[in-house]
Amino acid sequence: MQDLSLHILDIVENSLSAGAHRVEIRIEEDLKADWMTLEIVDDGAGMDEGMMQKILDPFFTTKTTRRVGLGLPFLAEACRESNGEMTLQSSPGKGTTVKAAFQHSHIDRKPLGKIGDTLIAILAGHPELDLRYEHRKDGADFILDTREIRAALGHVPLNAPPIISALRTQILSALSELGI
Amino acid sequence: MPRLNLEDLKKIKDSVEDSMRLREGGFRARVNVHMGTCGIASGARNILTAVMDEIAKRETKDVVMVTSGCAGLCNREPMVTVEILGSSPVKYVDVTPEKMREIFAEHVVGGKVVEKYALSRGSEATF
Repeated sequence: MQDLSLHILDIVENSLSAGAHRVEIRIEEDLKADWMTLEIVDDGAGMDEGMMQKILDPFFTTKTTRRVGLGLPFLAEACRESNGEMTLQSSPGKGTTVKAAFQHSHIDRKPLGKIGDTLIAILAGHPELDLRYEHRKDGADFILDTREIRAALGHVPLNAPPIISALRTQILSALSELGI
Repeated sequence: MPRLNLEDLKKIKDSVEDSMRLREGGFRARVNVHMGTCGIASGARNILTAVMDEIAKRETKDVVMVTSGCAGLCNREPMVTVEILGSSPVKYVDVTPEKMREIFAEHVVGGKVVEKYALSRGSEATF
């Protein structure tokens, strides 16, 4: 993947395939400590011990359309390349947490990329998903929670074109304020 | 701290509610952007943005955009499936944002399949 925002989109698609109704994405950029951490938490089906041992094998997949499962191995590699590591926590019926850590200043750390476009892609493609996004960067933060958005919209769907267009403008503006 | 402006969203919500009441119900066309790992890695997100832009620009009310997983032909991603109510779905391959805009204008709006970009015409209508 070209950047981390595409990895995040890919992992969230995994969460949705696992039947998640709520996904939380947490990003923390600590420039002083020189770390960037990414956490994706879902309430999907979760994995048992057997699947956890195979999940980083690029030739293991739960999909039937192909014979490789590259998303998690690619993300693990992206962490290793920038002196970090990826860890997984999961149990059947309790969801999965993917934690990825990167040395912030490492020359091989992939850029975050267009995270705003990733958020919009998730909201537009899966308007029923409960999504919370928290991004902290050196004391400032941006939080998006679809529960608040739905409370404001009532029964109007989140992916109605004028709504998603307005959300896109607002999200990009808020991220820009954070220097992202 | 930057936050979303929920008041602005509430104002837009009122105008969307009006147009929802006017629409006769149901969508005429569905555009499915495939978002497996292969699709995401090869640019599916930009295709999604192009579709949203076209829907917003044309103020189209009867087209729905959806996403799905890997379609199984990873080396031809990004792929998009266009389904017009009553017609067979058409799979487009090696899609770029520019091709997507062409497909939107000619097929989604105009009803004419863009054969030079299409892989196949299937029989498994889904709505």
